[in-house]
Amino acid sequence: MSLTMVLVVGVLTGVGTYLVTSRVLSRIVLGFALLGHAAVLALTTAAGPAGDPPLADRSSPSDTSNPLPQALSLTAIVISFGLTLFLLALARRQHQLSGDDLVEDDLEDRRIAQDEHDR
Amino acid sequence: MSALVSLCVVVPLLGAMITLGLRTVGRLRDVITLGSLAATSVMAIVLLVHVEANDTVVVRVGEWAPQLGIVLVADMFAVLVLGVAVLTITIVELFAMGQRRSASGADPTIVGPMLLVLTAGVTLSILTGDLFTLFVAFELMLVASYVLLTHQGRAGQVRSGMTYVVINLFASTLFLFGVAFVYAATGTVNMAELAERIPELSNGVRWGIGLWFLVVFGTKAAMFPLFSWLPDSYPTAPTTITAVFAGLLTKVGVYVMIRFHVLTEMDQLGPVILVIAGFTMLVGVAGALAQDDMKRILSFHIVSQIGYMLMGLGLFSVAGVAGAIIFIVHQIPVKTVLFLVGGLVETERGTSSLERAGGLIAKRPWIAALFALPALSLAGLPPFSGFVAKLALLDAGVADGSTIIVVAALVASALTSLSMVKIWLGVFWGSGDDHPEVALPERVGSGPGRLMFAATGAALALTLTIAVVAGPLWSMSERAATELLDGDVYVDTVLGDTVLEAGDS
Repeated sequence: MSLTMVLVVGVLTGVGTYLVTSRVLSRIVLGFALLGHAAVLALTTAAGPAGDPPLADRSSPSDTSNPLPQALSLTAIVISFGLTLFLLALARRQHQLSGDDLVEDDLEDRRIAQDEHDR
Repeated sequence: MSALVSLCVVVPLLGAMITLGLRTVGRLRDVITLGSLAATSVMAIVLLVHVEANDTVVVRVGEWAPQLGIVLVADMFAVLVLGVAVLTITIVELFAMGQRRSASGADPTIVGPMLLVLTAGVTLSILTGDLFTLFVAFELMLVASYVLLTHQGRAGQVRSGMTYVVINLFASTLFLFGVAFVYAATGTVNMAELAERIPELSNGVRWGIGLWFLVVFGTKAAMFPLFSWLPDSYPTAPTTITAVFAGLLTKVGVYVMIRFHVLTEMDQLGPVILVIAGFTMLVGVAGALAQDDMKRILSFHIVSQIGYMLMGLGLFSVAGVAGAIIFIVHQIPVKTVLFLVGGLVETERGTSSLERAGGLIAKRPWIAALFALPALSLAGLPPFSGFVAKLALLDAGVADGSTIIVVAALVASALTSLSMVKIWLGVFWGSGDDHPEVALPERVGSGPGRLMFAATGAALALTLTIAVVAGPLWSMSERAATELLDGDVYVDTVLGDTVLEAGDS
C-alpha cells in the first residue's frame, strides 16, 4: 500500500467533506465529486500493490495487479458520475425557483424556533 | 428455479426500459408496469413456496466462481421479505393507477418506470450475495427514489429532496469506503466468504467494520440519530410514492443490516445496537406526538418502528432475530396501507392536516375502517399482525434479560396508540374544517375512485393475512434466523465445493 495513495485519499476526503458541509449547492456538488474520487482511490489501494495490466494471455498471473477492485472501481465511477449530474440538475432547479444556489432553511425548524421565540 | 431468482431482478428492469420508451401510450404503459410487477410478485411467491419446501437457491451469474462473480442467494430470510415487498409495490401501483384515473389529466410519465427501477433495486438488495452488488443495488434503489421524490420539481420537494439526496449520497460514499476497508482486511466482498473471514480478524478491526456498516446501513434505515432526513422529505412526495418509501426503503436498510451483522458474527455490537434501538423507538414516537399532520405523524412512526427491528437484531439470539424478521414482514404492508389511507383522506379532503380534515367518519365510514384496522395493528393490539410481531420481540427481550429495552418497547407502544388516537380524533371525528376562512385547495378530481379503495383494501387484506398465518410465518422466521446465526449453512450453499487456489483471490 503506497503512502502517496493513502495521503491522496486523506486529502481528497478532507476537502470533499469540507465542501459538502457548505451551504452553496455548487460546492456540495464539487465536494461529492471529490469524495467519489477518494472512495474509488481507496478501493484501488485496497487491491494491493500495482502490477502489470491484468490481460489474459499477455502477462503471468504472479505479476499482474488485482483486477477485481478495478472492475468494482469502474462501476463506482459510473455511478458517482451519474449522481453528480443529478445533483447538478437539482441545483439548477433550485436556482430557477429561488434565484440563488443556497440550501434553503428548513421551514419546520424555523416555525418551531419562532414559536419558542414568541413564548 | 434458479432462473426465477434472476428474473425477479431482470423483469422489473425490462419493464422499466419498455415503459420509458412508451412516452405517449398511457393505457399500455399502465398495463406493462402492472404486468411486470404482478409477474415479479408471482415469481417471488413461487420462490417462497419452493425455498420453504426445499433449500436455499443459489445463482452464480455467468457461472463465475462465487468469489469472483456475482451470486444471488434466495434463502429463507430473503424470500420472506421479497414476497411481501414485491406484493406491496404491486398494490401501490394499483392505487396509483386508480389515482391517475380519478385525477384529471396530468400523468407523469416518469413514475411508472422509476417505480420499476426501484423494485429492481429492492429485489437485488434482498437477493444479492456480495457486498459490492449490494452497493450497486442500493444506488439503483436510491437513484429511483431521488427521481420519484423530486420529479414534480416543487419548491418544498426540491428543498427536502436536497437534504435527502445529500445525506443518502454521503452514506453511499461511506458504503464504498466500507467496501474498500473490508476488501483490504479480508480480500473478498462475497458475503459467504466474509462470514468466514471477518470473525477471524482482530477485535479492533471487527469493531471498526461493524460500526462503520452500522452507520452506513443505519442512515438508510433511519435509526437514531441518523433519521432527521426522513420526516422532512417523505411527506412532501405524492402519496403513492411516500407509501412505497415508507413500506420499503428503511426496511431494506434494516434487512441488509441484519444480514451483514448477523452473518459476520458482530455479537459484540449487541449492547450498542440495543441502546440505539431504545432511543430510536422513543425519539421517533415522541416526534410523532408533536406533529399535527397525518402524513408527518406516520413518517415519525416509521422511525419509531425501526427501533423494534433493531431491538431484535441487538439481542443476537434466534428468538430476537426471528422477531425482527417477522416485524419487517408485518411492517412493510402496515406502513403502506396507513399511507394509502392518508392518500384517500387527502383526495377526499384536499389536506392531511389534522386541524382541517375532520369529521370524515360521517361522510366516508369506509376510510375510517380502512384506517382503524392497520392503526390498531401498528399499535400492537391483538389479534393483529403487530401484536404477533411485538410479542415475539418482547418474549426474546425477556428471555435475554434485557429489561430496559423491553420497558422502552412497551412505553413506545403505548405512545404509538396515543398518536393513532390523535389522528383518529383529528381526521375522523370532529366537525371538519375549523378554519373556513382558509380555502381548501382544489379537490383532486371527484374523490377517491373504486380502484383506490380496492388497492387499499388489498393492502389491508395482506396485513390481516399475515396475522392469520402467523404460526407458519413464525416457524419460517425462526428457520431464517437460525440459518443466519449459524452461518455454516449459508456459507456451504453459496461457496459449495469451489476452492480457489492460494493467492488467487
